[in-house]
Amino acid sequence: MGALFSFVAVILLILLAYVGVEVAGMQPIFGIVIPYAAVLTFIAGVIYRVIKWGRSPIPFHIPTTCGQQKSLPWIKQNKLENPSSSTGVIGRMALEVFLFRSLFRLSKSELRDGRLAYGSDKWLWLAGMAFHWSFLIVLLRHIRFFATPVPSYLNLLESLDGFLQVGVPRLFMTGIILLLAVTYLLLRRFYIPQVRYISLTSDYIPLFLIMAVASTGILMRYFFKVDIVGVKELTMGLVSFNPTIPKGIGVIFYIHIFLISILFAYFPFSKLVHMGGVFLSPTRNLANNSRMVRHINPWNYPVKFHSYEEYEEEFRKKMKDAGIPVEKE
Amino acid sequence: MAKVPKPEELSKIDYKPSKKRWMDTPVEFKEGMFCHGTRAKYLETVGFPNPREWSSKDEDWKLPENWKEIVLEAIKERLGKYRSFRLFMDICVRCGACADKCQFFLGTGDPRNMPVLRAELMRSVYRRYFTAPGKIMGRLAGGRELTYDVLKEWWYYFYQCSECRRCSVFCPYGIDQAEITMIGREILNLLGLNTDWIAGPVANCYAKGNHLGLEPHTIKSNIEFMLDDIETITGIRIEPTFNRKGAEILFVTPSGDLFGDPGTYTCMGYLMLFHELGLDYTWSTYASEGGNFGFFTSMEMAKRLNAKIYAEAKRLGVKWILGGECGHMWRVINQYMDTWNGPADFLEVPVSPITGSRFDNARATRMVHVAEFTADLIKQGKLKLDPTRNDHLKVTFHDSCNTARGMGIFEEPRYIIKNVCNHFYEMPEDTIREKTFCCGSGAGLNAGENMELRMRGGFPRANAVNYVHQRYGVNMLANICAIDRAALPTLMDYWVPGVKVTGVHELVANALVMKGEKERTQDLRLEPLPGKEGAENV
Ligand code: SF4
Ligand code: SF4
Repeated sequence: MGALFSFVAVILLILLAYVGVEVAGMQPIFGIVIPYAAVLTFIAGVIYRVIKWGRSPIPFHIPTTCGQQKSLPWIKQNKLENPSSSTGVIGRMALEVFLFRSLFRLSKSELRDGRLAYGSDKWLWLAGMAFHWSFLIVLLRHIRFFATPVPSYLNLLESLDGFLQVGVPRLFMTGIILLLAVTYLLLRRFYIPQVRYISLTSDYIPLFLIMAVASTGILMRYFFKVDIVGVKELTMGLVSFNPTIPKGIGVIFYIHIFLISILFAYFPFSKLVHMGGVFLSPTRNLANNSRMVRHINPWNYPVKFHSYEEYEEEFRKKMKDAGIPVEKE
Repeated sequence: MAKVPKPEELSKIDYKPSKKRWMDTPVEFKEGMFCHGTRAKYLETVGFPNPREWSSKDEDWKLPENWKEIVLEAIKERLGKYRSFRLFMDICVRCGACADKCQFFLGTGDPRNMPVLRAELMRSVYRRYFTAPGKIMGRLAGGRELTYDVLKEWWYYFYQCSECRRCSVFCPYGIDQAEITMIGREILNLLGLNTDWIAGPVANCYAKGNHLGLEPHTIKSNIEFMLDDIETITGIRIEPTFNRKGAEILFVTPSGDLFGDPGTYTCMGYLMLFHELGLDYTWSTYASEGGNFGFFTSMEMAKRLNAKIYAEAKRLGVKWILGGECGHMWRVINQYMDTWNGPADFLEVPVSPITGSRFDNARATRMVHVAEFTADLIKQGKLKLDPTRNDHLKVTFHDSCNTARGMGIFEEPRYIIKNVCNHFYEMPEDTIREKTFCCGSGAGLNAGENMELRMRGGFPRANAVNYVHQRYGVNMLANICAIDRAALPTLMDYWVPGVKVTGVHELVANALVMKGEKERTQDLRLEPLPGKEGAENV
């Protein structure tokens, strides 16, 4: 249900852009107004999110420790999995953010004749890495549309990405990897029963959306060639706040940019915020040093507890009889 | 006690969720999977809301009229107080990495026991009432109305989570279901929805100082029984002190060690070790509980119980505190105590009077784990040990969830065990250290009426023990947790008969060669030592 809904929704979005541009001739809306609105929504939404998260304090230091603590000098601490210093935390976070350390731990459990066995299962890790890294590189490649002259590191990146040297225009691997990875992520939602069970509509929407963005991009680059000079004129117009709509850019471009706009605008209101959230996660970004350094809870307040005096008051006779020292004879 | 099906039946588990979506599948309360509701008197002792007589099996849970308001208000308040909570409500991508990481899912196959779904029970309500898409689109945005049934579902499933944090190890964002469960339980407690097995110990601990409600003279006499046994075994009469002012060290351990074996053997272990060292320490009958069932109730309750430890240390004028073997007690000490009840500036940075080692890692909290203390003693060669006395034991070590994932004390107990035992075998890698499985009874689940849940939740742990039992003949399961010592024997008897359970300091005391002891023929359980079978105990 959720998958079908999301699929249909994305198809409708594509149709909307198609009709809007081809039939109604609303290029300025799809090429200028919506992208601006989307970027604004994105920025405002992300700021709102981060402020909202940031406003809630971290009352307790609750890192999940995944290795040996720092204790006696001769016991080797696991500084990355159980950091006690900021350097360690930075290392741990870097492993998490760049290499998806936690997902790398993944195993699969299997029950055979009443026995549980665990096997390593790196597929999700692999797909996650492939997806996020190729997405990042694809994004970076797009800087070419927003900068003149094109920075030289982009040329380097592109020559790496296109090192296979096939096709005209040269085939970029990342585009293909992105599409494959996102397809895998979608298929596992269909075929792994538990994952299917927990999936919500809001899990399918981004997958279909990204799939559509990647597909339109690939179609545009390799099949329905668009007027690339016109595209760059448009995108440069956007960043220089001097928007124009050059004639003759194919409709596929408008569909592409419309889908991206939707993705951007949707981002702050969806689970996609995990991208920012991972940096704030208190089980990962804190040092396990709460026995060494006192941490303050900003809303700590005094509580009533059963005092020793009350206790002795109640048990004085019994304590004395048992020879346990008391304060008041 | 509810009847538990045979192991052969219980281990047939179907992990395939039904076709029907979970929001449309009503919860069925299964006998043996949940606890009794709390009695009114326990709530009254600690001044908790809505004390009344009720049964978790009843249709009507006798909630206040405005329960819904209370719950929503409580969620709102906590979203503002805990970044963890707010973030964990927002950023889950439902990747399913955590799905089969929970022992309760592995043991029951119930999809709501997948950590991600346990969280969704709360998250769906969060979306409906606290996010724009959820408010507007409801179900389409994953939102769900808060109904009486949802509340019951929370109660049922938040008390099927042992707050073990295993899920958070595998989650790419570190989403910790324990945190959500804790907050969920805290909210349920605002309506008087605790379990009897948690609220009872909390009330006891509050009024009498320990879970079991042991009064001061009983604590002393329980320990005296142990001293008699120690005398029988070693010929040495030990004389510990209680509530003694001016002692150098205050020793606090979970009260489970004072009552019922095998906890008492661990306690005998401490007594013998400290005697042999001539340690200037005292027990306290007031702060006679390290374990903290308040932690399974609400943050405030946990703080109220924990406060006694520093208060007592201050009253007695000790220099630092030594803490016994316990799981969640140590998560509390490591991650919460100083923040709640510190600063402990009336204490000194702990220094071992025997070795002179300074415990810099405890320089703020000023409380040392007894395994750190003993590992240091052994390393510095301060103990005379005869590991052959443990030769009848083939030992494996179970990392307790809380000390593993809320502290990271892995090597200290292993180092000790390897020095006091000759036969030590690790369980498979996926089941130990940070990936350890819960005993199935943590976080206040070790009641009698939910025995099936406990056996199911403990299934992955038992399975790993069974592996080393079959392969190496392991017959002793060591641990550093009082709940383990209370819960694992039942689990072993059910799944892996023939494996017994021990605290690490029982093993230490068995091997400890004491000054002036007679030739030992018995271990701490008064069973014959290897090679001494049939020897007269004189
Ligand atoms: S592993 Fe984390 S992100 Fe993935 S489903 Fe579980 S809680 Fe959500
Ligand atoms: S904290 Fe432990 S018991 Fe609770 S959901 Fe996570 S893995 Fe399961």
